[in-house]
Amino acid sequence: MHELAVTQSLLDLAVRKGSEYHARRITDLNLVIGRLASIVDDSIQFYFDNLSAGTICEQARLHFRRVPARLKCQDCGQAYELEADLTDCPHCGGANVRVTGGDEFYLESIEFDQEESVPA
Amino acid sequence: MTTVTVVERIMSANDRLAEQNRARLDAAGVFAINLLASPGAGKTSLILRTISALAPSLRIGVVEGDTASVTIDADKVSAAGSPAVQINTGGECHLDAVMLAGALPQLPLPALDLLIVENVGNLVCTAAFQLGTHANVLIASIPEGDDKPYKYPAIYRGLDAVVLNKMDLKPYVDFDLAYFQRGVEMLNPGLALFPVSCRNGEGMPAWLDWLQGRVKRGHA
Repeated sequence: MHELAVTQSLLDLAVRKGSEYHARRITDLNLVIGRLASIVDDSIQFYFDNLSAGTICEQARLHFRRVPARLKCQDCGQAYELEADLTDCPHCGGANVRVTGGDEFYLESIEFDQEESVPA
Repeated sequence: MTTVTVVERIMSANDRLAEQNRARLDAAGVFAINLLASPGAGKTSLILRTISALAPSLRIGVVEGDTASVTIDADKVSAAGSPAVQINTGGECHLDAVMLAGALPQLPLPALDLLIVENVGNLVCTAAFQLGTHANVLIASIPEGDDKPYKYPAIYRGLDAVVLNKMDLKPYVDFDLAYFQRGVEMLNPGLALFPVSCRNGEGMPAWLDWLQGRVKRGHA
């Protein structure tokens, strides 16, 4: 249920960025979430719809780009990606593997309609 | 329609507050750990064992994160002679930097060497919120099972040490230590691991040495 607090952070960030660019209405938020970040997409959209009412993000759509976990085998050097469970090296079968990425959780970009007249 | 690139961590506001907590702790010369675990793994038992072994030569304070205003844990710590502050999260499943910022002024920070922040018992939500402490320590316990690193990778990624509790139950539970260790190594190579029993004290010296070393070394 930490998605509620996480979603509030997301909304605050988007509103702040939107204001910087004089957005009248933010229509789309593009998020990147790594396989190893413990975040549930569905609940974020649900909370976002509720929290964003009355803000410049009202009715904005959230787009989630899930990125896989990246691993590297320490024995044979094979680099590989995983969408599901963490497993041993698919090349040599070795268990001496290291996670090298997949923790991403950031706002990549926002799409918005701009105010009619933008101050110089 | 305009698109602009943002590329900013969604937790950046919390992270900035965590940095302020860190600065406050550093200014007072306090080393702080964020103690994480699932419910019942032995957080309070480890805190009490640690206080009884290291106090008063180390001056230890405790912040107790609880989801309700039940002061059982804080009372035990106070009874052990250490200042304790309770944070009632009001049902929230984790502590965050704002909650810790509210607790710090209630502690005699300049009179402390070590602050132990007992987070809410939870392996998912707590991983997302930096508090500003200097080290994240997880207590796992063997009855929980040896597959936890594989199931809760996010929390293991951010750790500085794992205490593996309830080793006295080894004869009674199926726990493959090698499998557990392999998962830990996969996610966090070289992570310090301390098998202990808070019940009979087995393994405690290695954990206490590590902790004292980190407190002495300061805020690495």
